[in-house]
Amino acid sequence: MTRVAPLLEVSGLQTQFFGFGGTRVVKAVESVSFSLDEGETLGLVGESGSGKTTTCLSIVGLLPRGGRIVGGSVVFEGEDLTRKSQRELRRVRGRRIAVILQDPMASLNPLFTIFRQVAEPAFFHQQMRGRTLRARVQQLLQAVRIPSPEWRMRDYPHQMSGGMRQRIVGAIALAGGPRLVIADEPTTNLDVTIQAQYLDLLKDIQRQTGVALIFVTHNLGIVAKMCDRVAVMYAGRIVEQAPVRELFDTPRHPYTRALLGSVPKLGSKEPLYSIAGQPPNLASLPAGCPFHPRCPEVLARCATDEPKDVHAGDDSVARCWLVSDGVARS
Amino acid sequence: MATLAGERPLARTRGRSLLAAAREAPLAAVVILGGLALVALLADVIAPHDPTLPVAGGGVFDPPFWMEGGRVTTLLGTDFQGRDILSRLLHGSRVSLIVGLMGTLVAGSIGTALGILAGYVGGWVDQVIMRVTDAWLALPAIVFAIFLAAMVGPSMWNIIVILGAVYWTRYARVIRGEVLTLREREFVKLAEIAGASRWRVIKRHILPNVMNTATVLASLTVGVVIIAEASLSFLGVGVPPPQPAWGLMLSEARPTLMAGQWWLTVFPGVCILLIVLATQLFGDWLRVRLDPQSRNL
Amino acid sequence: MSRFILRRVLYSLVTLFILSATIFVIVRLTGDPLALMAEASARPEDLDRIRHQWGLDRSWPVQYATFMQNAFKGELGKSFNYRLPVSELYFQRLPNSLTLGIAATLISLLIGVPAGIISAVKVNTWWDYVAKGVALLGLSIPGFWLGLVLILVFSVWLRWLPTSGAGDWRHVVMPALALGWYFAASMLRLTRSSMLEVLGSEYIKLARLKGLPDVVVIAMHAFKNALIPVFTLAGVNLVVMVNAAVIIEVIFAWPGIGRLLYEGIFQRDFPLVQGVVIMAGFMIVAINLVVDILYAFIDPRIRLTR
Repeated sequence: MTRVAPLLEVSGLQTQFFGFGGTRVVKAVESVSFSLDEGETLGLVGESGSGKTTTCLSIVGLLPRGGRIVGGSVVFEGEDLTRKSQRELRRVRGRRIAVILQDPMASLNPLFTIFRQVAEPAFFHQQMRGRTLRARVQQLLQAVRIPSPEWRMRDYPHQMSGGMRQRIVGAIALAGGPRLVIADEPTTNLDVTIQAQYLDLLKDIQRQTGVALIFVTHNLGIVAKMCDRVAVMYAGRIVEQAPVRELFDTPRHPYTRALLGSVPKLGSKEPLYSIAGQPPNLASLPAGCPFHPRCPEVLARCATDEPKDVHAGDDSVARCWLVSDGVARS
Repeated sequence: MATLAGERPLARTRGRSLLAAAREAPLAAVVILGGLALVALLADVIAPHDPTLPVAGGGVFDPPFWMEGGRVTTLLGTDFQGRDILSRLLHGSRVSLIVGLMGTLVAGSIGTALGILAGYVGGWVDQVIMRVTDAWLALPAIVFAIFLAAMVGPSMWNIIVILGAVYWTRYARVIRGEVLTLREREFVKLAEIAGASRWRVIKRHILPNVMNTATVLASLTVGVVIIAEASLSFLGVGVPPPQPAWGLMLSEARPTLMAGQWWLTVFPGVCILLIVLATQLFGDWLRVRLDPQSRNL
Repeated sequence: MSRFILRRVLYSLVTLFILSATIFVIVRLTGDPLALMAEASARPEDLDRIRHQWGLDRSWPVQYATFMQNAFKGELGKSFNYRLPVSELYFQRLPNSLTLGIAATLISLLIGVPAGIISAVKVNTWWDYVAKGVALLGLSIPGFWLGLVLILVFSVWLRWLPTSGAGDWRHVVMPALALGWYFAASMLRLTRSSMLEVLGSEYIKLARLKGLPDVVVIAMHAFKNALIPVFTLAGVNLVVMVNAAVIIEVIFAWPGIGRLLYEGIFQRDFPLVQGVVIMAGFMIVAINLVVDILYAFIDPRIRLTR
């Protein structure tokens, strides 16, 4: 199969947090690899603390204090972002890669008007000024369906509803004309109906602009609606990655199965399955497969050896001894 | 995680944390404070001379021993009455420590009591207490203290009461806020449903839970109170002469400043600086240790 | 907005009422002011006459009502010692105190704000530790002692600056430094914590994610948000410094309000003491009210609601 070079190729990414003068290391992201084509949507799912957000921030090189990328590469449009300086990265952020944060209430500066905040990327990256800039902001606000943008753009964030604010954040993301938008749980703080509207909006925009999307969520329903491919994260690792249909139809990793089992289905009489045990502590992970203490199908070797990526099916990868043994058998 | 830790009853961790605390405390602060406490206790024994009487055979304004005209019997020199400065400094630590600790205790007791009352009882009690707190806060503390001291007259015990009466406001505000959130917590609600009296709820559930905050505030108030005492004594409305207090020594040293007799001014000031610095360091450490959620107190 | 202002004004009036009543009662509780100020040889009938003249023979509520009535007319009583209205004395001294207070505020801002910003932007580096050390010293060194040491160094040894009095700028330097020192430390702490809080916020994260230069992120996005509380405190501090610089003014013989209070205390001039203390409270209540209202104007969240 001859494939065009993907838009984004993350391989073997390792990110760690160093605390207490380097004496404590938290391995937040551990050898994560995935790739994304133009216009494609990848869902990143997992419990909180599984490394989804850290993965996203590693891509744009904006880790919180104490965080560092210690290995792997992030190749975006043919360039390895991990080798770039902050100055060079600044020309990528907001312009080629945009990020939508989870909390629409907190991600807008309360003291600046909507106009100013939406205009900033175009002002700094495209050097737009005056009337052009004004027109551009209006067009962006229109694109995210803000009614009468020429009026609303003079408002301050607190005058908007949560759903509107999140759409403004969306407009800010689009302002630089990005090729990749990373949306970090953009709908968790919204009402369900507003959520649905917002997701439709993102889909529309994606159809119009052909932008690629990484969608971070723990809501599998959203994944099914939005994504082409899914990567399931656990303890900083991608434990399974597959096209969305395949993942839902034939989940291969016990953790994925557990996740799917914990989603309530209408009309189903089966009891809701919940995952036993506590989410892992990244500072002290168990030996072997990090999921083995909670795994319902645990094997003896799971406690000692960590499984490697195994290709299963056409386009899916899973990291589990069950899968690799199964593949070996067949 | 943080809430989980907060739910745990205090008693279970107290014994262990005290031990761990002793090990982690900032060395410099502990050494200075411990040393000062020792000096204050033993001032009678270790002071070479009587702090209130001129040194026999000595002169007035003798410089420290390393300077020309200085003598080994009066290591840090003598003051305008020929009294030994070192002995006065050693005895002066008593005034600073007693006023600092007792003043803080008085302020803390008033403020904590009013804060709990305002926060727990609520309603018009809360309104009255908070408006009084506002009024108290409207006066600069030092002006208020000078005013009270001038009205009541100078004595160490008066100063303690006055400083307590001036510095309680911060406790009242902070503790009230804390009680307001505590009041909504499960264990308080449960106790109320179980029919515990208000007094019992306050004693068993509210008070133990605000003690950490009160302790942190206290550690940060001690230094302020010590400086306030020195200021009052300096102005002549604090500890009356001939009692040896550092602020008073600074005040007595003022006429000699222009003559360049610096030791009279520098030594008492350094003593105040050291003790306040130590309490601040200790307080900062305590704040992080006991109350990591409110570092900006 | 107008409801907000109305409520603040009401609270301020209540505060003032409690404050003035407290001062009033304390002055009278602690003994007969006349007995304190009169000479021992004074005849009882003279004392009675003066008591009557000053209205001290009436009941407290009546005295208080009269006092408040006059206070609303801008009269705070008459000084025993100067034989002048207290308000006149107060406003005579006010310009000097303002000069000193403004100079001290500038010093505290010039030291505290830049140091606080550097400390927050370079958190946990040696810059930060140095700034923390300065803040600690600021809170630990008594201002009046610093004043004495400054006199020792710059007047006695170096002979650069005059020790006392008011005149040109050279008279202001030392008292302003001694007075502003403590406030510089509190400014530094507030700037640092406020800046840290803002820098950790989501909207700063988003600003960085937009690819804005660091200068823009810090100077435009973080600054405005972080410095509102700092300048608020500076404004309040100014008024506090104008009224509370008693010791510094005594040391440097600065003819301001603090010295007036000090003189009043030693001359047992109780109308003067009472008046100055109440004026201090009044000014601070007023500045707090102004700050609250200004806040409402600066912050669109308050301005545009209610």
